[in-house]
Amino acid sequence: MNRILKTAAIAAAVIGVTGVAQAREQVRIVGSSTVYPFASYVAEEFGATTDFPTPIIESTGSGGGMKLFCNGVGEDTPDITNASRRMKVSEFERCMENGVTDITEAMIGYDGIAFAQSSTNEPVDLTLEQIFLALAAQVPVDGELVANPYTMWSEIDPSLPEREIIVYGPPTTSGTRDAFGELVMEAASEEMEAYGGEAYTDIRTDGAFVAAGENDNLIVQRLSENTDAFGIFGYSFLEENADTLSGASIGGVEPEPEAISSGEYPVSRSLFFYVKNQHAEEVPPMYEYANLFMSEKMIGPMGYLKGLGLIPLPEEMRAAQREAVKNHEKLELSDLQ
Amino acid sequence: MSQSFDEITAQLKRRHRKSARLKWLSMGALILAAAFLVVFITDMLIKGLPAFQQAQIKVEVSYSEQASEIPLAALEEDVRSLVSRGFLRLIPGRMEDNPQLLGTSPMQWVLADAQVDQYLKGHHSSLGASERATVERLAEQGRAELMFNTFFFTNGDSKLPEYAGIAAAALGTVLTMIVTMLASFPVGVMTAIYLEEFAPDNRLTQIIEININNLAAVPSILFGLLGLAIYINFFGVPRSSPLVGGLTLALGTLPVIIIATRTALRSVPDSIRQAAFAVGCSRWQVVKDHVLPLSLPGILTGSIIGLAQAMGETAPLIIVGMVAFIPDISASFTDAATVMPAQIFTWASEPDRAFVEKTAGGILVLLAVLITLNASAVWLRKKFERRW
Repeated sequence: MNRILKTAAIAAAVIGVTGVAQAREQVRIVGSSTVYPFASYVAEEFGATTDFPTPIIESTGSGGGMKLFCNGVGEDTPDITNASRRMKVSEFERCMENGVTDITEAMIGYDGIAFAQSSTNEPVDLTLEQIFLALAAQVPVDGELVANPYTMWSEIDPSLPEREIIVYGPPTTSGTRDAFGELVMEAASEEMEAYGGEAYTDIRTDGAFVAAGENDNLIVQRLSENTDAFGIFGYSFLEENADTLSGASIGGVEPEPEAISSGEYPVSRSLFFYVKNQHAEEVPPMYEYANLFMSEKMIGPMGYLKGLGLIPLPEEMRAAQREAVKNHEKLELSDLQ
Repeated sequence: MSQSFDEITAQLKRRHRKSARLKWLSMGALILAAAFLVVFITDMLIKGLPAFQQAQIKVEVSYSEQASEIPLAALEEDVRSLVSRGFLRLIPGRMEDNPQLLGTSPMQWVLADAQVDQYLKGHHSSLGASERATVERLAEQGRAELMFNTFFFTNGDSKLPEYAGIAAAALGTVLTMIVTMLASFPVGVMTAIYLEEFAPDNRLTQIIEININNLAAVPSILFGLLGLAIYINFFGVPRSSPLVGGLTLALGTLPVIIIATRTALRSVPDSIRQAAFAVGCSRWQVVKDHVLPLSLPGILTGSIIGLAQAMGETAPLIIVGMVAFIPDISASFTDAATVMPAQIFTWASEPDRAFVEKTAGGILVLLAVLITLNASAVWLRKKFERRW
């Protein structure tokens, strides 16, 4: 008995010591690879200009981030998760189940998804429907669904260039792919009778669509090698490579910051981060980081993040989001439904 | 059956042709491999060498009251967009630490923005026409120059390409490797000694042997999953720390060390053991005083190769959280850290094109370290090797 007590005491001491060692000044952040460049810029600025250590950011993808974030409350769970889409109801419920009950949501800006080609080509204007027909696994021909027969863009619409359909895009694990599926594939298929108003997001696997890996730089490089091809990636990569790439306009709208922030450009999405308010006491610098992120010098129209490709929110929305973060406003299930 | 002289000559010729063909084929394979290596290394050198130089510009920095609030005010208007944010954001802190700076306005060399750097190196740059003209003017006056890039070797990661460095990752690699070695070397060597010198040759030890050989071929990502489940979730080792990374990599290094040690022990001739037994040594004395010292060069070579392999590993470290953004340099085993291959991976996915040279520069540094390690393995073997 004595021995058991001793062992227990030692175990408790060890746990206590590691607990003290982990009581941390350092904010832990996980989540979307799309938000990662912005978050890490803010984190670095935070580390360089305050006395707190630089927050640790892991790029785990939006879904992976939510999973870690909702694992529970405590020092080994992250304080903040980034997301390139809104939290799903199922994720919110999982959070609640695991005791993560007090979350603040912050929308930081927009990101456009570019459908781009090598700039050696003539500019192209596409509609969502044309992109859908080029990429869906099954398309309606004479009212019936058949395996996608199109091999050239000109077969979809004679006004389109006579180029082979080859599209490099992100793999299924990517948030960009999720967003593309939702904003292009779902949006287009819901308009089409053949699918009976149901969303159809299956992408063809006969070689016309090439999943080119998580690294958007690879897609960019491939576009300059294969000038016939199109690529799907985040707007910031288009901006950075504006000398070699040009974005196709979609529905007559060019992928430009104003069009993306106004929602006129149809393939744009909002970016978020979520703060675990229950960590406020253990991890004090958490809110200072969040407030720095929401400050005008970061997400404003003259802010640093704009230079990295973030598209700012309209002014009133920025102010509202900033207030929400300052006041630690609690996210409710009804907000997500 | 007798063969005529002609037949024999013809056969001989055929055989000679065959061996010549084999020689050319194997030489071709070597040339092909060498060509790949040359192309890869030249590409890395061309892309990576510029990373060791960084543009600096000489500007007047006026440490005024205003500058401590808005750092941009410290600079004249035409050069504001040319100076790195990494320098600017430190101005208020520096003024606080050195109050005598207030009111002075020295001319000093400061770190230039990455776009200036890229422009001076003749790469793609997003500078506007007027900014380009300013840079040209500064360069003519000798106020804009490419200098040795100390930041690359003293800084951690940064979002600013001009400010990003490999130091945090290099230190992280060193710490991780120390943990890997401390964990895998003693266990690996002792396991091999037991299996080779003490264990009876039965079904059980055969099964263990097969499993060890199998482990050496297991994809490293599985070790990452194991590390996450056991070290982080069960033992509560801090995520992203060199401690957890090193322990995880040790799982992958262990079989390599065991196999190398066993081979080295086996290559010590039995006559040595028998001679030692004959003068009355115990089994432990035989191992400690005779077999182990003689096989040490082989063991060290195997361990260094295992270490080099662990050093290039990234996949298991993603799972235990070591592929992260780490600008702070920390020499602690329990703080968050990253390693060199992970740093290269992070830079390779940056949208900013100024990171291309950082990526290649990082690869060059990693290659240099690996070559040093492998060369020391060869040197150790050569120095202590005994031939029987």
